[in-house]
Amino acid sequence: MKRIPVLLPLGLAVLWLVLTESLSWGNVALGLVLGFGMVLSFQNLRPVTPRFRRVHVGFGLLFKVLVDIVKSNIAVGRIVLGLTHGREVRSGFLDIPLDMRDPHGLAVLAMIVTATPGTVWSGLADDSSVLRLHVLDLQDPEAWIRTIKHRYEGPLREIFE
Amino acid sequence: MMPDIPAWIALPATLLLIVGGLLTLVGSIGLLRLPNFFMRIHSVSMGNTLGVGCVLVASMLIASAVAQRPVIHELLITLFVVFTAPITAIVLMQAAIRRTKPPKQ
Repeated sequence: MKRIPVLLPLGLAVLWLVLTESLSWGNVALGLVLGFGMVLSFQNLRPVTPRFRRVHVGFGLLFKVLVDIVKSNIAVGRIVLGLTHGREVRSGFLDIPLDMRDPHGLAVLAMIVTATPGTVWSGLADDSSVLRLHVLDLQDPEAWIRTIKHRYEGPLREIFE
Repeated sequence: MMPDIPAWIALPATLLLIVGGLLTLVGSIGLLRLPNFFMRIHSVSMGNTLGVGCVLVASMLIASAVAQRPVIHELLITLFVVFTAPITAIVLMQAAIRRTKPPKQ
């Protein structure tokens, strides 16, 4: 017997409440029924249930990601408009060794790097040990590897592993 | 008839709309200017991250002012965009890698 997930149905119920904009008891009950009903009926499609260790780390990570999205928007905008002070922009693939193995952490990492302009997730080794990124401005590969490993992978491992 | 929107809401909302529009425009210019698919995919994500974000925050401000209560539906749009856009980008990237010989580093 699998553990019954709690956070996901509660999250879906909150989503329902925001969507319908009503906090009446009937609507809360309906949201909970929908949330638990959906999660239970789809449980066989989710082979691994995530375990959250330190959720509060996520808030710091979320803030860092927002800052990075703003910064990288500016950086990519400069490249598009040719404001690079004559420096030639070299783009290419970059392989980054990963220590994280948790599929949920990897999924969040994929979302973070792809949502940030300038980097797109381009593949993962079969044993999840190497992440391949496509980087628009590959000026300093070491800096990119440091950013991914310390800024994102570290906190994600604290949350999921 | 439009209800009055106070200036302290109208001003930031207008600014956000302008910034969001400019970001999306620059991202689209990138589609024209950048030389290959692998580079172009980066400029699109300008519009669907910060571009959409600015417009949604502006929408929250205006809708809250008009309805005289906090309106936070837009957070759901943000959530869905954040969940779905990277999946499209990753799938497109995989397709491009398999169909073309990517430029060596």
